[in-house]
Amino acid sequence: MEAFTTHTGRAVPLRRSNVDTDQIIPAHWLKKVTRDGFEDGLFEAWRKDADFVLNRPERRGATVLVAGPDFGTGSSREHAVWALQNYGFKTVISSRFADIFRGNSLKNGLLTVVLEQQTVDALWDLVEADPQAEITVDLVEREVRAEGVTASFELDENSRWRLLNGLDDISITLGNEADIAAHEEKRPAHKPRTVQA
Amino acid sequence: MGRTLAEKVWDDHVVRRAEGEPDLLYIDLHLLHEVTSPQAFDGLRKNGRSVRRLDLTIATEDHNTPTLDIDKPIADPVSRAQLETLRKNCAEFGVRLHPLGDVEQGVVHVVGPQLGLTQPGTTVVCGDSHTSTHGAFGALAFGIGTSQVEHVLATQTLPMARPRTMAITVDGELPEGVTAKDLILAIIARIGTGGGQGYVLEYRGEAIEKLSMEARMTICNMSIEAGARAGMIAPDETTFAYLKGRAHAPEGADWDEAVAYWSTLRTDDDAEFDAEVVIDAAELSPFVTWGTNPGQGAPLSASVPDPASYEDASERLAAEKALEYMGLEAGQPLRSIGVDTVFVGSCTNGRIEDLRAAADILRNRKVADGVRMLVVPGSARVGLQAVSEGLDVVFKEAGAEWRHAGCSMCLGMNPDQLAPGERSASTSNRNFEGRQGKGGRTHLVSPQVAAATAVLGHLASPADLSDAETRTPAGV
Repeated sequence: MEAFTTHTGRAVPLRRSNVDTDQIIPAHWLKKVTRDGFEDGLFEAWRKDADFVLNRPERRGATVLVAGPDFGTGSSREHAVWALQNYGFKTVISSRFADIFRGNSLKNGLLTVVLEQQTVDALWDLVEADPQAEITVDLVEREVRAEGVTASFELDENSRWRLLNGLDDISITLGNEADIAAHEEKRPAHKPRTVQA
Repeated sequence: MGRTLAEKVWDDHVVRRAEGEPDLLYIDLHLLHEVTSPQAFDGLRKNGRSVRRLDLTIATEDHNTPTLDIDKPIADPVSRAQLETLRKNCAEFGVRLHPLGDVEQGVVHVVGPQLGLTQPGTTVVCGDSHTSTHGAFGALAFGIGTSQVEHVLATQTLPMARPRTMAITVDGELPEGVTAKDLILAIIARIGTGGGQGYVLEYRGEAIEKLSMEARMTICNMSIEAGARAGMIAPDETTFAYLKGRAHAPEGADWDEAVAYWSTLRTDDDAEFDAEVVIDAAELSPFVTWGTNPGQGAPLSASVPDPASYEDASERLAAEKALEYMGLEAGQPLRSIGVDTVFVGSCTNGRIEDLRAAADILRNRKVADGVRMLVVPGSARVGLQAVSEGLDVVFKEAGAEWRHAGCSMCLGMNPDQLAPGERSASTSNRNFEGRQGKGGRTHLVSPQVAAATAVLGHLASPADLSDAETRTPAGV
C-alpha cells in the first residue's frame, strides 16, 4: 500500500449526497481483472454531462474530492477506490462515509477524511469561489487546512499508523500465526467445511 | 452484564485482542465469486502465498453469468474472461468451484444457505455487500472488499473494529398481504441509508420470529441498504428445521452439539444495545421505492413526495434529483406509475418461497401487454425445485420469461438490462441510477407486488387484482 503522510492539492466539490459505488464505477467496469485502468469509468454516467463538475477545465488535475454525506454507499466493490485513485484523487472528504467503502479506501492508501458538514460546506464555498484554492490534508497532524479553514479530524491510531507507514495488513496478521493456530485448535467439530481437509 | 447475539458470536471468533488494535477475527466461511476475487488471487500469487483453509472456502459464478443459452460460450468476451479467470484461479489454488451449468451454481448468497454451509454462530464473509443475507441464521456475516478477500484467503482472519449493536424490534404481526420485503423497505425508509452505519442490526420481536428462513434472509440481505454491514436474527426452531439434513449440516452427535450451542445464541435479557428502533408491524402495508436510493420509499397507497416537503437541504436536493432521474412528478399516486419490465429474482427475493408467491398470483393470469417479465431463480437448485412444482409452466403460460440462475438484472452485468428510460418493478435490492442498465429506472418491490404489477402494467398489489376481470379460466 502507498503511504499517506500529507497531501496538498486543488479540489473537486461534489455537491451530492448518497453517492453510491454504482455511480463511482458502474458494474460493467467490474469485469476487469486488474487494479488499474478504471479512471475512464469514474462517475461515467455523470461525466456524459459536459457541465458535470469533473468535466470543468478548472478542475483538471485536482486531487482532493469534497463530497456530500453518505459517500460510497451500496456495493462493496473496491473498484470504486481504485477508480478514484486511478483518476488521480489522493483523498476524499465527506461528513459521512459508508463502512465498506471507508475500509476499502484505508486499505489502499486513499485517505477518507470525516469532517462536520459545516466544514464541508465551507470547503465547497471556498473551492467553488476559487478553483485554484488548495486544500491540505495532513495525516501527521490529523488536520485539514485551507484558506479560512482549519479542522482536525479523527482516525483511529492503528489505521493512521498503517497509512503513515504504508504497511501491508497481511504481513502484520501473519506475524500472529501462533494466535491463529491456537484458535483453530479449539474450533468445534460441528463447524461447517466446504471440502474434507 | 449480558451480551447481545452479535457480541456473543464476535467474542467466540476473536483470535487476538490487543489495546489500540482492531480485533483479529476468525472467519468460518469464505464465499467467492468472479467479480471481487481476481485481484485478490493476483496478490497471493505475487507474494507467493497460498489459501490457508481450502476447507472453509467455496466459489461460484453469478454476477456475469447469462440466464439464456448457458450451454453456449458466453458472448461477451470480457465477462467470459472474468469467469475463466475464476476457473483458472480456483484450479491453481485448489478452491471448490460451482461453475455455470453445475447443479450447485447460483447467486452466492443463495448457494451458501441451501448447502447448509451457513450456520448459526459462524462468521461468514464474501466480497459482496449482500453477505449480510447469511445473518438470518444467526451468523455474523458481512461484505468485504477485494483487499480483505486476499487477507482472508491468506490468513482466514480479518482485523475488524468491534461494531456497535442496534436492535430493530418489530412488534405484533404483519398484516395479511404484507411481506418481509415490505418490512425491510419500510425499515430503511425509517432509519435512512446511513442509519445503520457502524452497527450490526439485530431484528427481533414477534413479527420476526414468525418469519420463514427465506423471509428472514430477505430482511437481513438489505441491512446494507440501511448502511449496516451486518444484520442478524437469533436462531430458533425454524432455523434448525431449515438446516436439518442439508448437505453440509452437522450430523449425529455433531448435530446435537451444534444445536446445543446454537440455542445459546440469543441476546441476554440484561444485554444493552447501543441503539434501538421499534416498529409496529400492524401499521405496515405493501411498500415500494420511488427514488434512486433504497431509503426513498413509501407505502404503495401513497403518492410521490414533494421534495419541498423535506426540511433537510441535502435530502431535498436528493429528492429533486431522484424525481428528475425517475421521470416522476410530485403528488403522482404511486399506483399510477406504469412499468415496462418486471424482474423477479436476486439474492433478496430469488428463493423458492419468492417464486411460489409470484407464481400464485400469476396462475391463470396474463402479464399485461407491453410488459416484459423476467423470472430468474437464485440458484440452479431453486430453478429445479420450481420446475418440479410446475412454477416454470405458470410463469411461461402467463407470458413471463423463465431463465437460468444468476444475479441477472439486479445489476445488469450480464445481458439482462433495462434500456435507457425503461422502468422496472424489481424484487432486487438497489434502485441506484443506472443500476439495472444505463438510464434505467427501478422501483424496488416484493415478489407479490412484482407479480400484480406485471398483470396490471402499473405498480399494484395483489389486492388490486379482481378475480373476475383478470383471472382467465384454468386451461385457457
